[in-house]
Amino acid sequence: MSEQSTLTYARVNDDVIRMLDKPTFKWWALFIPTLIFVGFGLFCFIHQVYSGLGVAGYRHPVFWGVYITDFVFWVGIAHSGTLISAILFLFRANFRMSIYRIAEGMTVFAVLTAGLFPIIHLGRPWNFYWLFPYPNQRELWVNFKSPLLWDVFAVSTYLTVSALFFFIGMIPDIAAIRDRVTEVPRKIVYSILSLGWKGSNWEWLHYSRAYLFFAAFATPLVLSVHSVVSWDFAMSNLPGWHTTIFAPYFVAGAIFSGLGMVITLTVPIRKIFHLEDYITLDNYDGMAKLIILTSGIVGYAYAIEFFMAWYSGSPAEWGQFYYRATGEYALFYWIMVVCNVLIPLPLWFKSIRRNIKILFIVSIFINIGMWFERFNIIVLSLSHGFDPAAWGIYKPSWVELGITVGSFAWFFMFFLIFLKTLPSVSIAEMKELLPVPRKEAKT
Amino acid sequence: MSDKQGVLGIFSYLDVTIETVKKLRDSGFNNLRVFSPFPNHEIEEVMDEPESIVRFFTLGGAMLGAACGVAFTVLTSMDWPISVSAKPIVSLPPFMVIIFELTILMGALATLLGLLINSRLRRDTPRSMYDTRLSEDKFGVMITCSKDGVKDVEEILTSQGAEDIKFDGV
Repeated sequence: MSEQSTLTYARVNDDVIRMLDKPTFKWWALFIPTLIFVGFGLFCFIHQVYSGLGVAGYRHPVFWGVYITDFVFWVGIAHSGTLISAILFLFRANFRMSIYRIAEGMTVFAVLTAGLFPIIHLGRPWNFYWLFPYPNQRELWVNFKSPLLWDVFAVSTYLTVSALFFFIGMIPDIAAIRDRVTEVPRKIVYSILSLGWKGSNWEWLHYSRAYLFFAAFATPLVLSVHSVVSWDFAMSNLPGWHTTIFAPYFVAGAIFSGLGMVITLTVPIRKIFHLEDYITLDNYDGMAKLIILTSGIVGYAYAIEFFMAWYSGSPAEWGQFYYRATGEYALFYWIMVVCNVLIPLPLWFKSIRRNIKILFIVSIFINIGMWFERFNIIVLSLSHGFDPAAWGIYKPSWVELGITVGSFAWFFMFFLIFLKTLPSVSIAEMKELLPVPRKEAKT
Repeated sequence: MSDKQGVLGIFSYLDVTIETVKKLRDSGFNNLRVFSPFPNHEIEEVMDEPESIVRFFTLGGAMLGAACGVAFTVLTSMDWPISVSAKPIVSLPPFMVIIFELTILMGALATLLGLLINSRLRRDTPRSMYDTRLSEDKFGVMITCSKDGVKDVEEILTSQGAEDIKFDGV
């Protein structure tokens, strides 16, 4: 990689560890507002627990609204982290190396955020543990045939495995930080987290194999998790939900939205921490190509949904899709189409893929478009089902929007803490990209 | 007090490090460890360690997870059979999701266990024989030998151009 020719092993350590220096004013200027918004989200949640779900805007027939939209959105965001860290690792795509740590962190924090919503959405959130597979007082077990229970298994497995994958990938880098820091408390913390890593060939041997197996597990896992999330809908009988394309459609959408979020996050980080030598235009070019691919799949899914609704001859199915494009929520539908299908189209041009500013703007639109995609799928099918007498309109309340804003703040709070405590770029893997020092070549 | 002695030579170049390993082997010193700041295939080749057994942990964990998934779903469903819409009590298609997730979960946890047990983190190398430069830009060769062999080892390391040599009782 010619753009990395000025890098040396020592500079990689310097640059990455320098990011962990004492937080600056700018960091606090970002962190304190996120705390305030998290606090506001918490206030909204307490208000909802105190007053009941009525404040959440749920009205007949729509009882899955913004919270489930947020849940699917955040699970989706999580997916490209695993795509970049695991799937691209198996394919030996080198462009992943400088961004995968940030993407993995994003995965873990996004799953942590997503996991809150099924609980927030409960009428009695203090009973959330009823989801866990244990027999109740009548020795009755949970219903393993329910997609909602599959979700519990899928999301908790995903959180566990992605957190382990994230941590294991960091062990050698934490050891490098441990060797550099001088303050005693930090040294102790990093020493414990590094698990005594010393970089011997014996350690690398087992580490490399274990990492490969983790990647091999994470790959089918990531595909399964969003498939399971899609089956929350597809297993039911509602027009617009009951369709076989949902699993691949959701997986492609998840990767698409996650890539958008990776770009949204890395562009400012690259600028603030001067990581231009690490996160190169080639990295963005690679991600933009994946966006083109997944945007194409998502666009195809939008089209084929309409075709199948028409071809099925089912008045309810066709009515649902006609309603999506022309009904009360048509604006949301067309926002989704424009953001997810039309706005990424210029990325077919190389000059645009390598223009960071345009890429950043496109990524913001992708985030918006994908949130609306989930909203359209969930709310529109519910509000316009089989029986015209049971149709109804749902409007999100300020409580739901407050919790949604709080969830973004919650995600960014973790992310900001991560930037200042753990290595955001993989030190060991960046070194693998550099030419190996050889005496023979030098003399 | 052990009669073994550890010697650590520090190098800047990978090819010199590998050459040193070969020389030490030829001189009869086989208890070697190489340190590097990143994984490297050349080091793996020259050290010629047996294939990592982490894979057996992974396989065992995954198989155990699958078995637990089957047992968990089937046995609990049969424990209190409730017929819903005349669907079978033991219905494998929906159970496959649970079985799959448990396979992955236990496989991953077993892989972590395999890594922690086999890589001998913490106990493979004495702390005094570690050098912080090894996590930055240097390569290290650690030799564990009898006290009589230390002089020969030192000579080989010096002749190969080691930048620094450390000694310790092992």
